[in-house]
Amino acid sequence: MSTATITHRYGPYGGQYVPETLMANLIELEEAFVAAVEDKAFLAEHHDALSHFVGRPTPLYHAQRLSEAWGGQVYLKREDLTHTGAHKINNAVGQALIAKRMGKRRIVAETGAGQHGVATAAACARLGLDCIVYMGALDCERQQPNVQRMKLFGAKVAACEAGTRNLKIAINEAIRDWVANPRETYYLLGSAVGPAPYPAIVRHFQSIIGSEAREQYQTHFPKKLPDAVIACVGGGSNAIGIFAGFLEDTKVKLYGVEAGGDGKEGHTSCTLADGRPGVLHGSFSYLLQNNDGQITGTHSIAPGLDYPGVGPEHSALKDSGRVKYEIVHDDEALTAFSELSRLEGILPALESSHALAFAKRLLKKSPGQKLIVNLSGRGDKDMPTLIARGLV
Amino acid sequence: MDALEQIILKVRAAGRKALVPFLVAGYPTAAKFREALMDAAKYADAIEIGIPFSDPLADGPVIQAASAKALAGGVTLEGTFKALSELEVAKMPPLLFMLSINQVLAGGGAKFPARCASAGVAGLIVPDLPHEEAGEMRAACKKAGIALVAMIAPTTSDARAKAILKEAEGFVYLISVAGVTGARGEYSRETVDYLRKIRAMTDKPLCVGFGISGPKHVKQLRQEVDGFIVGSALVRELESGKAVSDMLDRLRSACDSERG
Repeated sequence: MSTATITHRYGPYGGQYVPETLMANLIELEEAFVAAVEDKAFLAEHHDALSHFVGRPTPLYHAQRLSEAWGGQVYLKREDLTHTGAHKINNAVGQALIAKRMGKRRIVAETGAGQHGVATAAACARLGLDCIVYMGALDCERQQPNVQRMKLFGAKVAACEAGTRNLKIAINEAIRDWVANPRETYYLLGSAVGPAPYPAIVRHFQSIIGSEAREQYQTHFPKKLPDAVIACVGGGSNAIGIFAGFLEDTKVKLYGVEAGGDGKEGHTSCTLADGRPGVLHGSFSYLLQNNDGQITGTHSIAPGLDYPGVGPEHSALKDSGRVKYEIVHDDEALTAFSELSRLEGILPALESSHALAFAKRLLKKSPGQKLIVNLSGRGDKDMPTLIARGLV
Repeated sequence: MDALEQIILKVRAAGRKALVPFLVAGYPTAAKFREALMDAAKYADAIEIGIPFSDPLADGPVIQAASAKALAGGVTLEGTFKALSELEVAKMPPLLFMLSINQVLAGGGAKFPARCASAGVAGLIVPDLPHEEAGEMRAACKKAGIALVAMIAPTTSDARAKAILKEAEGFVYLISVAGVTGARGEYSRETVDYLRKIRAMTDKPLCVGFGISGPKHVKQLRQEVDGFIVGSALVRELESGKAVSDMLDRLRSACDSERG
């Protein structure tokens, strides 16, 4: 990556809508990121961390029994097999190394499902950095195992009681902490959202998912490409990561799957389907808001998708039509979760289960297709919800 | 020169300091906000009205809680325009709206400044619209004849401060410390040095905010700036059921004379 490719705008979307206090941090971060990814020593250190700490490359797994049941060929990009159990670690490890290079010892992060929090806590433990994770109080309850894991890694978990008590509030609090302590703090943002340069940085560190998946697919089918690639979209980091490998392949259909919640009005997280452009958390993008410009509440069974905004590049990809954004409800996601568990012995995260459910729907409509589904994380963290729903 | 700048330069010429109280629209209730606004008008050189936003990034706990309460009470941007239309705004000190860029976009985007102008609002403070993103809105404000108040923070580089000052209208809002809003103790030497540095760069009116809670702060910083913005401390007065007059009276004295 060269300096020229740090994107601030994706069509009209993106930008840097932050309090003046943080502008210096964003400028400093962009310079540090560009310098890092042009530095061979950094690249070697990063590569080493990905190979030996994260456990990359992750497999592209042909789910044979699931394929048979659903009537197509389903390949799973196994991000659930990374260290800490989700794609979030790809970005957390990369940004933690940048923070260390910048001499920042205090890391703050937000988390929804807890996967980014756990990944950041692990990456910080490994580098000896202080770590504070903001997490909505509702999410602390429903992702209790992840709260405990973060604490075991030595992180401080700050439960956010305000308002909707979910990911949105966690990001508010993390940014507020950063505004209050700008000089010593590195904000390790986990999704492809936020002010520039974050969406570009997160995309950079997650694009390894797409480049690996494309290469692995071609070891199965030389010179061929899948019919479609599917990923769930909350903020959109796992989706942009896998899409990045296929955006130029115009024959490959790309599907982003948003969370439809329980289907009741106002009980969804379908930012791209139902939202209109505005500014939340530092960038201009689609968001769920009322006529007064207030951000509205969301709902999803999957905390990682329970967010009223979306990364700015997804907004541009929606407008251009390159990616189709679809909706899957809580119940369909739970069904897909159960089917993958029983047919393949893999517990997917509830977030990733939304992508799986859409794959099932797609194969029902047009059987026989070859699909790659980004299995962005594993479902161990979802035990409290699964128990409450009577699945175990 | 816009109305806001004129007023503050007049205060400066008289050897006084401008007092800019901040109130949260609809807080503690619609009626009491209106009362507080009328009280503030007796003491203020300009008044900042914060339009509550669901997801503020630069507000400290006091203003955040007040905003949440006002939102729960049903305050809206449209409602605030309506409330102003029932007052004799022309006889009041200049009013500024402080709100997030998303509220500006929802309120009409580039058409919003003209709406503000026709409602008698003299300026806008949009904390999450930094200089680099403000070009279009600055032009729209200029066209509407209102000021888009620029902000500078202790973390702002000298080069950016110069660029910001060059385009600044009304007054320049100096954020006293790298942090969120909220009352503080005494300011550090670092704050004084930063205010002095900016003062040396410009003759434009400078007002300082974030943490100004009483006459002691006015005394400490009066040599460095033209005016003081008082937010969280006033909101706390309202929170505890008091009127804003007593605190504003004390601040007014401190702003008017060195011995105040």
